Amino acid sequence: MSALLALAQLRAVRDGVAQPVTTVRHCHVADRPMVFVPLKLAGEAAAPLGAMVGTDPEHPRLLVVPQPRNRDLRFAFAGELAEVLLPYVEGFGKTTETVERKSGEPYERCLDAPQIVVPNRPAVAFTGLLGRSTRFRRADGPYPVHPSVPLLGRWLTYFADRSAQPGSSLLLAATEALGAHWATGQSGLEDANLAALLGWIDPPAGMDGRRAAEEAEDPLLWPPAGPATDPGFDNEVLGPAIRAYEEAPTARAVERISEALRTQLEPTWRLVWRAVELLRALPEGSRVGDRWEADRGSFTRFTERIAEGGPPQARRDGAVSAAARLAGLERARAAYDVQRAYDDPLVMAEYRLSGEAFAGVVTAAEPERFEGEGRSRKLRPLVTVRTDDPVRLAPGTAVGSPDRKGHGAEVVEVAGGEVVLKVTKGMGRGRTPAPGAVPEPGERVCYTSLTDDFQTSAALPDPEETPWTHGGPPAEYVPDDDDAREEWA
Amino acid sequence: MNRLLDELRGPVPPRAHDARAIAALAANPGCARRAVLDAAGVDKDGTARHLGFPAPFGQSQFAITRGNAFEALVKENGCAELLRLLRELLGLPVAQVGYQDVENVGSHLRASHTRALIDRAVRDRDDSAVFYDHPLLGLEIAGHTSYLEPDVLAFQLGGRFHIVEIKSFAVIDGQAEPEKVAAAARQSAVYVLALRALLEDLGHAPERVSHDVVLVCPENFANRPVATLVDVRRQLAVLRRQLARMTRVDRLLEGLPPGLTFSLAPDAEGVPTRSAGELAEALSQVPARYAPDCLSTCDLCMFCRDEARSCGSTDLLGRQVRDRLGGVAGMSEALGLAEGTVEPAEDQEEIAGVLRLANRLREECLA
Repeated sequence: MSALLALAQLRAVRDGVAQPVTTVRHCHVADRPMVFVPLKLAGEAAAPLGAMVGTDPEHPRLLVVPQPRNRDLRFAFAGELAEVLLPYVEGFGKTTETVERKSGEPYERCLDAPQIVVPNRPAVAFTGLLGRSTRFRRADGPYPVHPSVPLLGRWLTYFADRSAQPGSSLLLAATEALGAHWATGQSGLEDANLAALLGWIDPPAGMDGRRAAEEAEDPLLWPPAGPATDPGFDNEVLGPAIRAYEEAPTARAVERISEALRTQLEPTWRLVWRAVELLRALPEGSRVGDRWEADRGSFTRFTERIAEGGPPQARRDGAVSAAARLAGLERARAAYDVQRAYDDPLVMAEYRLSGEAFAGVVTAAEPERFEGEGRSRKLRPLVTVRTDDPVRLAPGTAVGSPDRKGHGAEVVEVAGGEVVLKVTKGMGRGRTPAPGAVPEPGERVCYTSLTDDFQTSAALPDPEETPWTHGGPPAEYVPDDDDAREEWA
Repeated sequence: MNRLLDELRGPVPPRAHDARAIAALAANPGCARRAVLDAAGVDKDGTARHLGFPAPFGQSQFAITRGNAFEALVKENGCAELLRLLRELLGLPVAQVGYQDVENVGSHLRASHTRALIDRAVRDRDDSAVFYDHPLLGLEIAGHTSYLEPDVLAFQLGGRFHIVEIKSFAVIDGQAEPEKVAAAARQSAVYVLALRALLEDLGHAPERVSHDVVLVCPENFANRPVATLVDVRRQLAVLRRQLARMTRVDRLLEGLPPGLTFSLAPDAEGVPTRSAGELAEALSQVPARYAPDCLSTCDLCMFCRDEARSCGSTDLLGRQVRDRLGGVAGMSEALGLAEGTVEPAEDQEEIAGVLRLANRLREECLA
């Protein structure tokens, strides 16, 4: 939370409509995303009640579990979900490109990847739990299920895990994606309500954001976006409908439950598509494509892992894989923060506010300046920038600039609203700087100490060499009947 | 002081606090309105309804059924399943396990019966483990005794008591939802405190009640229970501090106008006789400290939020925002400082500088 964000919220309150907090979009929006709106039975960890899923806003597929406590019906639900989701996901694995590497063999990467959009963070958690409760099932043995069920479980687990990666867009929660681009006039807690959040961002004609958000809090007008249902709906509508099904499991009884769930799912279905549209309309940040490329790489590796018949994801990470995952998440976080700032002046403004970046106009430049003698004689142009920003960078700090790729400089002096910089990188190989490599007087520039330099991964042992201090090598996963038989009550 | 509190509540019986309500007292300690209403035992839920701002809390019948079924499963056959779990967790001896259902004596005697049973258990010191089902513990809060019903009290070998809390949220691969565990820990801390108070009252060492409570939850996706020890020392400290604060509610009462009351005294049809407007007016005499967190803990949240809106308070946007605004209370004031239309007071120079800079940066980037 920064003063900039707080200010945007205050403006949202005054103007009655959400305010942008970015100038570009920082997540990828697929041409053909799949929207998944799940509902679960209250009081249960992961008992699916129903879902709306599909890639066509006009034709959602409605899945229903008429008696959520019935194990067979749950697996039937998982099977139906697999019928929709697996062809969509697997379709992207078919077209690949060959990626050349500077060192090492070229490899194949999928040209595009699937994108699943759910309403909110709890829906992501539910996706993970649904994956957990289905990925260890088996198509043979004591409690056989349809072969698509464990496969679905592995994909759902993959998507839920991947969503923890900062900057990944394979599985998006609509509330989070919207919240990263707009500030509303309500608290973060209230922003978790998708209908209220969209009420602020895109209020209906003739209504201000606050009024729209208030209306969105009425569960009769706007059912909760799930996976938890409205208790009033449970008690007055769903409860009696399930009892009727219990007494006579007829097609009519199923229809009654389907219709009841449709009333709860359809408004959210439309809201999620509205969120997709709003996000798509924003101009895409220039580094979004790079991050999507990383997503495509990750998706390709998982597709290969499944094709090779690898085991389902472990219940708990082993010591080495947990450390590697954490290090990876930290690197992704740092890179995502830097990339957003480089892509977006409004995000960079956060760092200008805290003194880690500054913008201003070049007042003087000495492009053909050298340091050292003989062989160590180096080109080190000086540039003076006049700025109104409160610069808090010590002399000697290395800085980069979003305006020039590969450009690097060092702070020489900060005094009286002027910063003197020494250019150190990105001037080409010639005796004089390449044209345009050194900023010229009158030019507007921005510099920051944030840099997205490549960081090597932490050196970790192979899992088989996990030291005894960390529990020793993890046991190899051997699928057993207990896993397949695990209750799902 | 009690007379004053009775007057505030009016001629209706005081609202008893359950453990969840007591635990929630610690949620927003800075709120004078809540402290006064709770100390007086005012029915906050009824108040909110009468004001036309009912709290958005409801419970699904499915959740209730599931919770009850799970508790019944853990307790069936004299807590047989619970015994199996505790034997592993606490090393209970196999033999000599007693089961006492306190509910057998009828509700009016449950508290005194619980007291007698606990006293005897401590004195006898025989090597048996006993489960006490449906115990009733009293805890004095701001001069009124509230009665609490822990799920089960377990008495362990070596004379140590453990509170057992049965919850129906799942522990999946050793992990449960952190907010739910935190809520269970806060609630259990109330029981620990009440049982310690009882032991102290009986002249025994209160430390005999362990600060490790036993949390029993379904494991993974099945109904099979699993038990975990949860250390509630931190929650106990918070609770003690908050309860001590409530006994100092007299300081909050001092400034209130004489004759102030939040009475919900009903007429013949059971409708409160006072108009909602009068009640709202009375409430506004005691300042609230609204925070968005209230939306999940306090019955009056919708009323206080509406009030915060009408005075344009920065509280609406959350604590973090308010802190970031350097504690400036009004939204238009903060905006005015940012846009330079409001002259900063002496102690506002610094925050005004930050806000003006933020405003300039925003303008520049969105131009």
